[in-house]
Amino acid sequence: MVNSPQILQELPSQTAGPYVHIGCVPKTAGLDTMYGGQHLGSQMINDKTLGTRISIEGKIYDGTGTPIKDGIIEVWQADAQGFFCSPEEKRGKPDQNFRGWGRQPTDRLTGAFQFETIKPGKTPYMATDKFQAPHLSIWVAARGVNLGLHTRMYFPEEVEANDKDPILNRLEHQNRVHTLIAKPLSDGKYQFDIVLQGHNETVFFDV
Amino acid sequence: MTKSTPPSGGFFPRNFKIHPPAYAPAYKSSIVRSPKLALVSIGNGLSELTGPVFGHEELGPTDNDLIANYAAQGESPIGERIIVYGKLLDERGKGIEGALIEIWQANSAGRYRHPNDKYLGPLDPNFGGCGRTITGEGGSYEFRTIKPGPYPWPNGINDWRPSHIHFSLFGPGFAQRLITQMYFEGDPLIKICPIVNTIPDNESIDLLIARLDMANTIPMDARAYEFNIVLRGQRSTLFENRLEGN
Ligand SMILES: [Fe+3]
Repeated sequence: MVNSPQILQELPSQTAGPYVHIGCVPKTAGLDTMYGGQHLGSQMINDKTLGTRISIEGKIYDGTGTPIKDGIIEVWQADAQGFFCSPEEKRGKPDQNFRGWGRQPTDRLTGAFQFETIKPGKTPYMATDKFQAPHLSIWVAARGVNLGLHTRMYFPEEVEANDKDPILNRLEHQNRVHTLIAKPLSDGKYQFDIVLQGHNETVFFDV
Repeated sequence: MTKSTPPSGGFFPRNFKIHPPAYAPAYKSSIVRSPKLALVSIGNGLSELTGPVFGHEELGPTDNDLIANYAAQGESPIGERIIVYGKLLDERGKGIEGALIEIWQANSAGRYRHPNDKYLGPLDPNFGGCGRTITGEGGSYEFRTIKPGPYPWPNGINDWRPSHIHFSLFGPGFAQRLITQMYFEGDPLIKICPIVNTIPDNESIDLLIARLDMANTIPMDARAYEFNIVLRGQRSTLFENRLEGN
């Protein structure tokens, strides 16, 4: 360990606690006028955003099968062409009408969450010429979750791309792949439930 | 380097020894909300190296001033006036500029403005309890607020949270996303808090304790607390294009 560039340590995580809605989605907590009455990440798309409109709904279940009502869920995704709206994106120009990030509460009464977004394009895999199947990166924080959880949502109709996806392929337990693939509802609508623990536990990632 | 090569190395791997384990039974809420199966380590591609960008114009002028952002005209919340300030850094010690920091907290009586909080401590009509800012030069940030009170919570029969402020943090990469809590120097409740003690070692707990800083205290107005925040840093790009087949 000579001259390691890592001279500081990441702060330890602490749970978001029961009132994360106050800080991240204040209207949900009853602070109706805070931040202009709209939380960051509430609208992912506008009229000019390119790509196929999709909506995603779901719930996050604890180990007893109870939906979590005091959590937040965030998505991060590429645009329709597979570009990320980030200064780190050097391959091309991302859609100026798409930030690629959304955040929603799990509903305080039902636990349901919903996103209106567009279907992302395929993206490159690490420093290789392989591609990843279209997917959304997902992050979950809530009371009782000591370190925010990373997972992904893939698309059920992308059978071929999913079969070749380098992340899905490296899962030791291939019988868990289905926890990362959304269920089709009607046109453009998907259901994606997240199970924190137990039967059909969602695959979570160390990224 | 092909056109699809990521621009830089991935983040230093997370050191799980300094984070609370998912299952920490003394904090009862974690028992059914902790994954039992191992996290699958996938390293960083573009999905993890990139992350959302926020503009200063998206925030309001008093968003980082919790003394002002909910108070009626000419009024202010009850409690100890404080400034919480510091730097957002990465593990290389480099300031992270342009990053969104969001905070939320109880009022001076230990009560949150939330329908689920039924604590006896009263709401303060002039205190909302949330704030946000975007880091400036060198990663600097500041909030003005009221020192939150401790509060009892349903875990053990007599568990109290030390005074704390919740922090939600973004870096340039989604893999850096972090939520944590800031505590106050000298609070005797820190040592006996089941949530603080989900963190395995005292040295790491210490990093979450803000220090009273008299040098930046505004005389006759507000005490200052310094709280520096560190998010994951990035590896260098040496030989990174040899990852083929990884
Ligand atoms: Fe709290």
